Amino acid sequence: MDLFATALPALADAWALILQPVVLGYLVLGVVMGLAVGVFPGLGGIAGLSLLLPFMFGMEPVLGLALMIGMVAVVPTSDTFSSVLMGIPGSSASQATVLDGFPLARKGQAARALSAAFTASLFGGLVGALFLTLFIVVARPLVLAFGLPEMLMISILGLSMVAVLAGRVALKGLAAAGLGMLIGTIGVADAGGSLRMASYDFPYLTDGLQLVIVGLGIFAVPEIVSLLRQDRSIAKDATLGAGWMDGVRDWFANKWLSVRCSLIGVLVGVIPGLGGSVVDWIAYGHAVQTTKDKSQFGKGEIRGVIGPESSNNAKEGGGLVPTLLFGIPGSGSMAIFIGAIALLGSGDIEVGPAMLRDNLDITYSIVWLLALANVVGTLLCIGVSGGIAKLTTIRFTYLAPFLFMLIAFAAFQSGQNFEDILALFAIGLIGIFLRRFDWSRPAFLIGFVLSNPVEKFSNQAFQIASFRFRKSFEEGMEYIFSPIVIVLLIVTVISVVLGLRQAKSIMAEGEVQSGSKRAPIVFLLVILAYVVTALLNANAIPDYNLTDKIVPLVIGGITLAALLILLAQMILRPEGDTIFADKEMAGEDADAPYGLWGTLAWFAGLIAATYVLGFVLALAGFLTTFLRVRAQATWPKTLALTAAVIALMCVMGGALNRDFPPGLLQDAVDLPWPLK
Amino acid sequence: MTIKRLATSVAAIALMAGPALAEVDFSGKTIEWVIPFSETGGSAKWANFFAPLLSEELPGNPTVVVKFMPGAGSTKGANWFQEQEHKDGTLLFGSSGSTQFPYLLNDPRVRYEYNDWIPVMATGTGGVAYLNPEDGAKFDGSANGLKDVDLIFGSQGATGLDLVPLLAWKMLGMNVEPVFGIKGRGDGRLMFERGEATIDYQTSSGYLSGAADLVAAGTAVPMMTWGALDENGNIVRDPTFPDMPSFKEVCAATDGCETEGVAWDAWKAFFISGYPSQKIAFLPKGTPQDVVDTYVAAFEAVRSRPDFAEISSNEVGRYPMFVGAGAEKATDEATTVSPEAKAYVIDWLKEAYGVTIE
Repeated sequence: MDLFATALPALADAWALILQPVVLGYLVLGVVMGLAVGVFPGLGGIAGLSLLLPFMFGMEPVLGLALMIGMVAVVPTSDTFSSVLMGIPGSSASQATVLDGFPLARKGQAARALSAAFTASLFGGLVGALFLTLFIVVARPLVLAFGLPEMLMISILGLSMVAVLAGRVALKGLAAAGLGMLIGTIGVADAGGSLRMASYDFPYLTDGLQLVIVGLGIFAVPEIVSLLRQDRSIAKDATLGAGWMDGVRDWFANKWLSVRCSLIGVLVGVIPGLGGSVVDWIAYGHAVQTTKDKSQFGKGEIRGVIGPESSNNAKEGGGLVPTLLFGIPGSGSMAIFIGAIALLGSGDIEVGPAMLRDNLDITYSIVWLLALANVVGTLLCIGVSGGIAKLTTIRFTYLAPFLFMLIAFAAFQSGQNFEDILALFAIGLIGIFLRRFDWSRPAFLIGFVLSNPVEKFSNQAFQIASFRFRKSFEEGMEYIFSPIVIVLLIVTVISVVLGLRQAKSIMAEGEVQSGSKRAPIVFLLVILAYVVTALLNANAIPDYNLTDKIVPLVIGGITLAALLILLAQMILRPEGDTIFADKEMAGEDADAPYGLWGTLAWFAGLIAATYVLGFVLALAGFLTTFLRVRAQATWPKTLALTAAVIALMCVMGGALNRDFPPGLLQDAVDLPWPLK
Repeated sequence: MTIKRLATSVAAIALMAGPALAEVDFSGKTIEWVIPFSETGGSAKWANFFAPLLSEELPGNPTVVVKFMPGAGSTKGANWFQEQEHKDGTLLFGSSGSTQFPYLLNDPRVRYEYNDWIPVMATGTGGVAYLNPEDGAKFDGSANGLKDVDLIFGSQGATGLDLVPLLAWKMLGMNVEPVFGIKGRGDGRLMFERGEATIDYQTSSGYLSGAADLVAAGTAVPMMTWGALDENGNIVRDPTFPDMPSFKEVCAATDGCETEGVAWDAWKAFFISGYPSQKIAFLPKGTPQDVVDTYVAAFEAVRSRPDFAEISSNEVGRYPMFVGAGAEKATDEATTVSPEAKAYVIDWLKEAYGVTIE
């Protein structure tokens, strides 16, 4: 009861703080800046917040909070633009949105998909805030109930979504997820520091591959290349069908799905250490399992957009709990947020356990500023979505060079290495072939995302469990099989069983014809070679670092088994079997006027030129050549477009204080920014 | 030098017939402060705190921006800085204990040399170890009662700052099993709060903002601080926690723990590198003395702000902020370790955790 006695006045104080015109003004300013940053894939909240940091010092706390929260809150909303319109996952929060959002855009229903996504986002954000208001004062014990075994189970639940997204041949989905996990283990192991598929002679790989690069490579590169080959617009026949009101209506028809996914988002977001990357997949899996007619998933099912989008904004609210209550950031942007709060005012607001006791009014202000920012951001996004959706009617050959530029820039921002762009290209190649031969790309990405949590939590939980077992058997069992673990275990088993039964009707890659044996078998052998190499490499780690080798060995072993069975099946089955799915046999890719390698060479050319001339100069050359030769634009159009795009790039880079990839030329000669 | 500068100043006054400005002027320039970690770490917080203050005090009030160059446990950024030469004084670099330890341990990734760089400012911190109430009751100022207790500690890795507590507990004869692979000390505290870990430590600010509440609630029992350095390089009680014994006192009271000899020297060397001289700001090699002096004066001015103690409480606590010659001494202490001490730590890391640095 006394909880309410302190919570209610604090809530009233919070509203009094928020509802001042100047505070709302700062909030709107933050939202607008967040939208501007968020539409650039791969930049997201971290870049935006870093931009604001210099102004936070000594600022009036509630104003600074309004500015920062406005910015953070809209990133998971605005990155929906690139997910839906271009098939580029803007951030880890919108990967699942790509699966159905982009096919909708290709059907000419971009505005509908966008407005459904935004409405779902808005609703998720509000549900999150409402839930938090009640929950935050009692959240502490619940958060502490989630130990390592529980977190491991949630990661495994996330992984079990592979079953739903495995595609027509379940073994291929399993192998794709296994390959994703193996690629996720590349680099220095967290536990013992052993190197896996990396060497200190080539330092780039020792840090592992960044999620941004893998996300862009797996989803964006294959779609861009495929569309460019077909030389058409994203929306078929360059027409827009459904408008934005349809999207709002779609959301209303699926409001209960939206409620459930919002709650999933808040609850998973509350658990520190998981981050947001599982949430949208769990929500997507839930959306699939609760839909009667599953045939449209992967081809443009609106429920596949509403589910993940409801959860990803709600997750931001949930993520505030570990951030504010424990001082433990749930994400990169939250880490900067914590640092920035210490700079505000006289520096006396300290995020952590004391926050609820000393600053409950500020805590509530943060929760409701987040909700308000969601409302403002969503309304702005819906307002412009009809206009922005027209992008999908432009001939894609005009869009492609800018998208290549955007994803190369985004990849470079993740680590500021030239190798980042090379890695994007390499992962892009994997993505292209996974798509071509109908190996589930979502399964690959889920494997990659969850590789680190699964490895970390299983090692740590194993270590602590064996410590408990040494004390007594009961204590050990109690630790591993807590009630939460048992519930999660049951949910996981049900989701795998249902998922496998349903997977055949869900075609994440759309319809794919089958063809001859040769190309699919060659691709399988390439993967097999990598898996064997990775296994041998992991096996070479000395036994005293067992924690570093056990997960790659187990995952690699399972993947190898799956691949060998597939190989046997491929040898035995006749040509034309579904196992030999190949997009180059029939359909859009096969009929495309341009070849794969020729199209890819343009992108490779941009990378090679960057290596020599640096990004900005290479870009100028690339855009001019591409527009003249491939798009056959007139000289004035070519030059105007090139100049406009380079100017935009420089304004963005300059405002965010970001460098562009340098090349050999920059090593030799000192050039002024932005050429340096 | 002084005469030469006097002469140029006089000449400048004569030429401009105006008030003498400092020779170094950063008007309209942008100073890049490169941090070899990501935006989310403690060094980012540190640089973001100092950047606006530095901007106010440097002549010409240049914009000071913090740039992040994470990778390979900060050795990537440090290797990059090693290759930079002085241009116009607009480049600053921030190193941390995680940059210093690989250097001390001969990590193969290290291609940087601290002796080439010019330190202008250094800050430090302290650390506090604490136990769960059950095992904490067995602690009586010595660790004698803790020797046959098995303890679990959530650790970020044996070759980082956790090296200092792990080595301290080992010297006390305690059996602490590290669970590796956590990210950040906050995660370690959470593991402790969940009852999965039974011993933990936090840096001073982390202790005050997080763990002190646990102590107040009776769910944690403080054990010791790492101590602090006095002017003569002796380890004394930490000024932030004057009521807590330092590791030196606990070690002296515990059977089998020596406060001299190679193990102690090794611990002390890594302690100094990781805590009292944890974060250091450097100018690149070849920076002329007038630029160095300008930075030292600016940091000096930051330190003497009347409100500095108040606004910096989260960043530097009650620990001294070193500037100029003090920073040089701090850097010297943070990056020097005797060959015996180094060999001792390398052997121990290999034997206890199978960590080899080749």
